[in-house]
Formats: sequence, structure tokens, C-alpha cells
Amino acid sequence: MTKMLQHSGYEEERLQRVAELLPCREVQAGMLLSLMGQPQQCSYPSIFIYGHRASGKSHVMQVLLKELELPHATVSCVECVSVALLFEQVLLSFFGCDAASLLPRSPSLSDFVRIYRQHCSQTPAKQTRYIVMEKAELLRDTDANLLPALLRLQELVDDNVTIILLSEIVWDKFRPNTGCFEPLLLHFPDYSKGELQQILSQDKHPSYSAEFYSSYINILLGVFYSVCRDLRELRHLAALNFSKFCEPLAEGKVKETDTHKLWRNIEPHLKKAMQTVYLREVSSLQWEQLQQMEERECGALRGLSAHTHVELPYYSKFLLIAAYLASYNPARTDKRFFLKHHGKIRKTNFLKKNEKTSNHLLGPKPFPLDRLLAIFYSVVDSRVAPTASIFSQISSLVTLQLLTKVSHDDQLDAPKYKCAVSMDFICAISRTVNFEIIKYLYDFL
Amino acid sequence: NILLLMFQGCFVFKPSAKKKKTLSLDNVFPDCKVLQDDLNRKILDSLLDFTRKCSSTRQLSDWASQMRASEIPTAALVLGVNVPDHDMTFQSLSELLQQSVTPHVASVQAKECGGKGLEYRVLERLMGTDVTVDDEEEEEAEQTSTPLHKSVHCSLSTLCDWYKTKTKKSNTPGKKRSSPSRDDPQQPPVVIIFKDLEAFNPKVLQDFILICSRYIERLPLMFIFGIATSPSTIQHMLPHSVSSLLCIELFQSLSCTQHLATVIDQLILTHHFPFKLNAKVLQVLMSIFLYHDFSVRNFIKGLQLALLEHFHSQPLSVLCCKKKDALLNVMQLSHSDLERIRNLPSFKRYVEKQEPQEQVNLSKDDTHLKEVCQKLIKGLHKYHKNYYPVLRCLHTLTSSLPRYPLGKQVRELHLICLEKNVWENEDYQTAMKLLRMLAKDELVALLQRCVEILQPVKSKKMKNAFLQLTDLLTKFKQLDKPIISPVRNLQKKTDLFQLQKTLLEMNESRRAKKLSPFEVLRNEANGSLSLEPRSHLSPPESHTLNEVCYYTSSATVRRHLNATPRTSIQAALNSPYYYLQNDRLKTVDGSVSNSAPDICIAYKLHLECGRLINLYDWLEAYATVVSAAEGNNPDSDNYGKVEEVKHARFIRAVSELEFLGFIKSTKQKTDHVARLTWGGC
Repeated sequence: MTKMLQHSGYEEERLQRVAELLPCREVQAGMLLSLMGQPQQCSYPSIFIYGHRASGKSHVMQVLLKELELPHATVSCVECVSVALLFEQVLLSFFGCDAASLLPRSPSLSDFVRIYRQHCSQTPAKQTRYIVMEKAELLRDTDANLLPALLRLQELVDDNVTIILLSEIVWDKFRPNTGCFEPLLLHFPDYSKGELQQILSQDKHPSYSAEFYSSYINILLGVFYSVCRDLRELRHLAALNFSKFCEPLAEGKVKETDTHKLWRNIEPHLKKAMQTVYLREVSSLQWEQLQQMEERECGALRGLSAHTHVELPYYSKFLLIAAYLASYNPARTDKRFFLKHHGKIRKTNFLKKNEKTSNHLLGPKPFPLDRLLAIFYSVVDSRVAPTASIFSQISSLVTLQLLTKVSHDDQLDAPKYKCAVSMDFICAISRTVNFEIIKYLYDFL
Repeated sequence: NILLLMFQGCFVFKPSAKKKKTLSLDNVFPDCKVLQDDLNRKILDSLLDFTRKCSSTRQLSDWASQMRASEIPTAALVLGVNVPDHDMTFQSLSELLQQSVTPHVASVQAKECGGKGLEYRVLERLMGTDVTVDDEEEEEAEQTSTPLHKSVHCSLSTLCDWYKTKTKKSNTPGKKRSSPSRDDPQQPPVVIIFKDLEAFNPKVLQDFILICSRYIERLPLMFIFGIATSPSTIQHMLPHSVSSLLCIELFQSLSCTQHLATVIDQLILTHHFPFKLNAKVLQVLMSIFLYHDFSVRNFIKGLQLALLEHFHSQPLSVLCCKKKDALLNVMQLSHSDLERIRNLPSFKRYVEKQEPQEQVNLSKDDTHLKEVCQKLIKGLHKYHKNYYPVLRCLHTLTSSLPRYPLGKQVRELHLICLEKNVWENEDYQTAMKLLRMLAKDELVALLQRCVEILQPVKSKKMKNAFLQLTDLLTKFKQLDKPIISPVRNLQKKTDLFQLQKTLLEMNESRRAKKLSPFEVLRNEANGSLSLEPRSHLSPPESHTLNEVCYYTSSATVRRHLNATPRTSIQAALNSPYYYLQNDRLKTVDGSVSNSAPDICIAYKLHLECGRLINLYDWLEAYATVVSAAEGNNPDSDNYGKVEEVKHARFIRAVSELEFLGFIKSTKQKTDHVARLTWGGC
């Protein structure tokens, strides 16, 4: 049974409803309620709530504020690409659109405070106003003064307002080095296995009994709990695989209570789901189709990462090969690889110990355009005129993200690039043009 | 006088030539458009289905789809690296979507979406189209579009409100209708097309998807990702937390080589289209396609360019049209045009083969020439009519042979045939040898396909060939019976010794003559097959008047389509006469005259230097050359002296060279510049 939330400021019924909507989060909700106090009481200026993804932070806040009918503004920091949007949304939900329209074109924090105060004095708060900021970690990238100011907004606007920051990372990573008002910290721990079971069992299928669904969730958690504790993902997986679970039931082979048989039926299926759906190799829609198709045609559907083959024009392939060589070979070895009569290069001198085998571990190095073209002309088997389309191919390789431009876009003179493809990819490409790339790579000498 | 005549000839024929040109251009353009659409039909249809399905499942309220409601349906459309072609696909896609599924389609490109531009563009496209489409709602649209200028309001919640008012409006008349059917969804999806996913900034895209997923309950969003490389880029660009918000389905379009094959099939390997390319031009276009861009659109552009060039440069191209029109045009040819015909190399060869009397007639009598021309044009058309079916037959026969002696694609075979007599080709001989070794069922299958190719052709010779082939096929089928009979005998015998004996016997008899009827027939078939190419696949150069239809100037096409900027710059600097056409700049031995532009002189002088160039030496040398050009007396004091004007001109030339990338300043020595180019190219 759900524990009771108790608070003097609110009606029993409402608290009851809130408690039902927040399974396994009663402790946190109760804590929040006692922090918030009664609606008309002045609240603590800022609360910082942190916990992993899908640990119910936004949900708890949403339910509390909605069900208890408290004035609030919920803002997602992803959406607020500029502070203007943030200010606008807050003003909009507290004072209506005429307040929001008062904001100047690119408002500063003091504009916001001024307008807030102005409206606040017209309609003083009877209850505490709450500003909930989701994904608050993005606030760190905004202006340096924004976060400290928000933390003590209550002081600045002289109003009964509380900022609630929701984040996935701890407060220590937020603290600006100039110091600021310390918010109250509240941690939302991860759900335990039992709690997950309890929550997941709530969205049962209408045509089956709750016990049946609960036993299904039990099986599902047995498979997935070791790799995934994200409630949202688990819920998604539960929804996707439930029809398969019910299949023997629909065929009349087993009864609802025969858990063992049902388990035997679903277990290999769930294992497969772990490798495909969970990794988003296959979308949920395709997964459902797959289930309808039965086992016979399973090979037809391949995941996203199975399609790595890329068709490229002939010279583009060689340009990419040249780029790969330029990225992974030290420049001083070019003479050895691409000159016919490279003279005597002593092997001991040539193979420096620390350079050996480390190039592929270190990742691609930038190279100038000249070097790329020089290698290209020596690698490609026929004589190629330096036409405009060769150069345009380089830039189209950049837009395809097979090469990356290292130097700034404005730099026209001697641009630098990096090769952004993997070893397997380049091997596949060079096989199609009969070029043995391994022979030209310093690491594999 | 000849020049004048030529000019007049051109002038007289210009109007009609232009008319024909526009006519045949009209013939090409719709062809291409229809072709493109046809090729994309399948993928576009499946995409449309996908959007319809997604919008309909959204409105279902069963348990499973409710559990999935938080995902944004996404179509990953893999189009291949031929980026120039994509525009057309996306355009027709969004048109089709707007026609049949939803009015709310926005397509965005990466280059217009830096930073927060993406959201803005999407809003602008979605809400902006409204203003132009519906006049009634102009007021309202204005209301919503005015805050757009103030970027403060540019958020998806604005879009949500807009969408709500939009659907409300269209819903009220919907209720008055008999019943809201499922085909006409009450809530048309909002489709956002990302034309080039790879080029998007991953951060921008991730944020956008995160924001969109917050609104998915209120706004039926849908994404279409245009992917040029491979679907795994989605995984590279989006972390798991973001990609779990999408429900991705993969759509793979035809590869561009298949695309090209169809285009070639429809435009080049057909006698309906009188304009032809010779081997070299086709080779240039093909190599641009295969080596450089994979773009079918560019290929068609190249084809159009060749067509224009042909009609522009060849006055006799008036005859390059449908057979009926060509015959009429022959009768209207003026004297100068007939002279031009007489000068055609192919016609000269033809004349040489005629009787002396005929030769005189042809060179003197215009009306006789016209009649002969009509005959020749008819011959040319007949040649084309027979050429393509036979080419296709030969291709079907050879394309499945091991190691493809005559190429996998029909275009390769076409190129071989255009170049020279195909039967003299070594590969052709090996192909024929391999054909002789084919098993019966394979051979019959191939012949069957050839018969299918030849069947619809309306030409006397092809009809004959068709009859011959069907004859052969029936003979092959009759062969079946004697082969089965020994096997039946074999089943009766169970004794091992007996079995061995019969097997040995069978072996011997096989060696001797048992299978020979098949071999005889096969040889017969091969004989007749190898005869066909000889009579029909001769290269076009061997046909009289081929210049009328065949465009030959591969150099022009190459110059126009595959520009070589560096070579041009070097040519301009080395011999300025080539571009300026000033007689004073003309030189004999390739050296630059003294009066050439400053930059040419500076360039020429810099070629003589090593890696590092001393600027002062360079300046002195330059001053000497320029003084000589001014005609100063070599003995005077001023000769070769550096004055202010020369100094300034020199500095300008040097900085121009630096701009062109021939030199750059170096830190090694202060008064030196470094050379950046080597060798002649």
C-alpha cells in the first residue's frame, strides 16, 4: 500500500491522489512538500534536485505542482537557446502575455528582474511561485551571472518565488568559482528492482489481469535489469514484447498461471531484443513487424549498423585512401612509401620505437591539402588532371563527414583536414579498387 | 566568298535549325523528368505510405500504440552520395506529401541552420507557406508571422498554437461532412525533411530532437532524414538518449548506377531519339559520372549540352530529327548545305566507292544528291533500328558469361561497338568461345530472352532473325526426348556390374555421337548468332552521313563539364595571347613577349628561380624586361632602372601571384618569397 503523505497545508484527498501518482517516490515527495511548506508561507529560494535519468524528478515536480494547483512555470533549458526565451516563458506563465511582450529585444537579466518586480507589485503573490528548470546542467553554458542570479531570485525580485533546478549531475559540478547562494540539495536515488517492478506493473494491458502483467514484468526485469535500469527504456521494451508474451495464451496452449511455460517461450525472444531494439539497431516499429513475420524471415531485416557500405565515385575513393594515409602515417615516411627511388633509409632509423603501432591508437592527425593531393596523385594509377571536380570532391567528402576540416572555414590558404573513417571502412573501400592499403600504412610495416 | 556563303547558309538555316532544336529539347526535358519520377516512384510511394501509417496509428488508441506514442516516427532515406540528384527527389517528395498526406511539410538544409537557425527555418517554412497558400487566413497568418520577426517568440510552442488553430479550422467543415474517415486524417502530420543529415551540426540536431519530443503529444511531428552515406551515421550523430526518442525506419533508394543504366537505356540506347553521341563523347560523360560525381542529373545536363553544341555547331543537324521530317528537310536543303554534305568525310568515302558517272552526278547534280541523301538517311535510320535490338541481344548472351568479356553493363558493350567492329575484338572472340561451351538449359534461357527482345521490333531483318531464333528454340526443345531415354533404362538395372557396363557404354556413345545433335544445333545457333552482329553492329563511322546525328567533339564537352582551373591559369600566364588575342603578344617559341601583362612577365621570371626567390633580384630582372618593352635605349642611364611606377607595378604583379598561389612569404629570409609550384603542369 502506498504510504500516506501528510501535510497540514493541503487537503487529505489531494495528497492521497498525489501519493497514488507517485509510487516509490513518497519519501522524496514528502520531503519536497515539507520544504515547500504551506502555499502562503515563504519558501526556500532555491532547491536543487539531482538523480539519474528517469528517476522521476520531473514527474514528481509536475504532479505536485499540478495536483496541488500551485502557480508555477516549467522551463526546459534545452529549449531556451537564449535567455530571452527563458525569461519570456517564465513571465508568460506567471503574468500572462502582456508581461512577456514588455521584454525588450535582447533582454538582460536586469530587464527581467525589473519587469518581474513591476508585475509582482501589481499582483502580489498569495502563494509561493515555483520556477522548475529541467536539464539545468545546460545553465552552466549560459552567461556566468545567470545561475547565481536565479539561485537568489527571491531576493532580487522581492517575491515569494522558488527556483527548482532539475539535473542529472551533482551540484559540485555547477558551483561557479565566484561563489553563489547554496541551494538545498535533494537526491533522487535510482529505483530498486522491486520498485521498478511495482511501477512497471502499473501500466497493465486492459485485456489481461494485473497479476499476469506483473509476472511478465518480472520475467522482463530478470533479463534486462542487469543491462538497463532506465525506467523509460524498460517500459518501452515491456510494451514491445508483450504481444509475443501473450502469443501462446492467445493460441490456447497455456493458461495465464503457467509462468514457467510462458517464460520458456519469451526468454530467447527477449535476449534478441536486448541486442537489437535496446541498442536502437532496429526501430520499435520494425521490431513489431518482425514479430508478426514470425521466425522465417528474420534475416531480411538488418540493423542500422549493418549498413556501413558506401558507394563512392572512383576518384573519391582514392582521395579518401590518400586522406587516410596522410592521417595515419607520419609525414616524414611519405618519401619511403610514395617515391620510387627513395634512396637508402636505414630501417632502425626509419622505425622509431615510440612511433610504432601508436598511430592508430592516437587517432587521425591533421594534414594540409598539398600533402593529400601529393599522395593522391601517387596513389591513383592513371594520370589525373587537376580538375575542378577533384577539388569539389574533397569538399563533398567533408560534407559527407568522411573527412573533417580542421582549420577554420575562413582560412582559404592551405586548409587542413583529418580523415574521419575507420580502418574497416577504408579497407573495404580499397578492396573495391584493388589497392592494398595495409602495405602503405606505417603501423603495419 | 566561301565564307560569305557559309555565313548566308548559316543565316538562312538558322530559324529552322532553332525550331528543330527547341523541338528536340522539348523531347528530352519531359523525358528526363518523367524518368526521374518513375525511378523514384517506388521509394516515394513507400515513404508516403509510411507517413500515412504513422499519422493513422497516432490516432489509434490501443494499448501498444499508446505505449509507443512518445517516439517521433522517422524515415531514414538513404539516397547515395550523388548529392546533386537529391534536390529533385526531395522536391517531388514534398510535393507529393503536400498533395496527398499533409499540407505541413518543411524541408531544411544544413547550411541554413547554424546555431538556432534550425528551429527558425522550420517555423518559417511551416507557417510561412500558409500565407501564400490561403488568402482567407491572411490576417491570422500575419498575426502569427509578425512575432516571427521578433526571434523571442520563435519556439515550438508557437508552432503548437498555430497548429491547433489550423486544425480546428479545417476540422469544423470536416464534421459537417458525412463522416470523418480515416483516410482523411483529422490531424495531418507535420513533416520535417532534413535534406542532408550528415552536414548538420550534431549538437543542433540533438537539441532540436529533444525539444520536439517534448511537444510530440500536442504536435504530430514526423522526420525524414536524407542520408547520403550509410544509415550508421545516425548512430554516429545521435547518442542513445536522443535516438531512443525516434522510431526509425529505413528506406533505401536505387543505386545511382542503376539509375544511370535506366537513363542510358531510355535516352541513348533507343532509335526514337535521333541525336547520338559518338564513343569519345559518351566516354567523357561516363567517366565524369563514374570517376567524379555519380550524379545522374549532371549526366543528363552533359547530354543536353552535347545536344545544344551539336545543333549549334553543325548546320547539317537540321537532318537530325524524325525520319519523316528529315526526309522533308533534305528536299529543302540549299546549295551551300549540299556542298557541305559533299565535304563530309563519310560522304566522300561513299562517293569514292561509286561508279565514275555516278561520282560526277553526285558532285554536280543537286537534285540527284538530294535523292541519294534521302536514301542514305533512310539507311541510317534503318541501321539504328536494327542496331539497338541486336546490341541488347548480344548483351544478354554475353553478360552472364564468366568474367564478363564484353562487360557487365550494356553501355560498355555499346561503347565497344561504337569504337570499332566488335567482331574483330579479342574479347568478342573469347565470348563466342565461351558461348559455344554453354550448357543447354542456359543457352535456351538466353535464346528465349533474345526472342523476347526481338519480338516487338518492327523491322524486316529483325523479323527474320526472330523467326530463325524461334525455329532454333523449338529444335532445342525437341532434343529433350532422346536424352532422357538412357536414364530410364538405367533405372531398371540393379546389378552393380551391369550398371558399370552400361555407364561405360553410355560414356562411349556420348563421346561418339549420342549428344551430337545438341552440339550440332548449338554450333548452328552460334553461327547464326555471330552473323547478326556483323551485319548490324558496325560502328557508326562506317555509315554515310553519320555526322548528321553523331556529336563528336569530346574536347568541348570535357572543357565545359570538367574544368581545369589551374591549367587555364597556367595557360594564361604562359601565353597571354591565347586569351587576349592581341597580335602584339604573339610569340613563336613559346616565350613571353616583353609587352605581356606584368603578371605574365613576373611569372616567367619566377620560373627561372629556385625554391626561394630574392625579391630584389626579381625586381631588377623585371625592370630590365619592362624597359626593353618600352623601347628605351639599352645604353641610356635610365635603362633597367627601378622607378616608382615600375616598382608599384612589380609589387602588384607579385601580390597577384601570391593571390593565385604561386608564391608565399617565408620566415626563413626576410627579403625572400618561397615558390609553391614545380614542374610544367
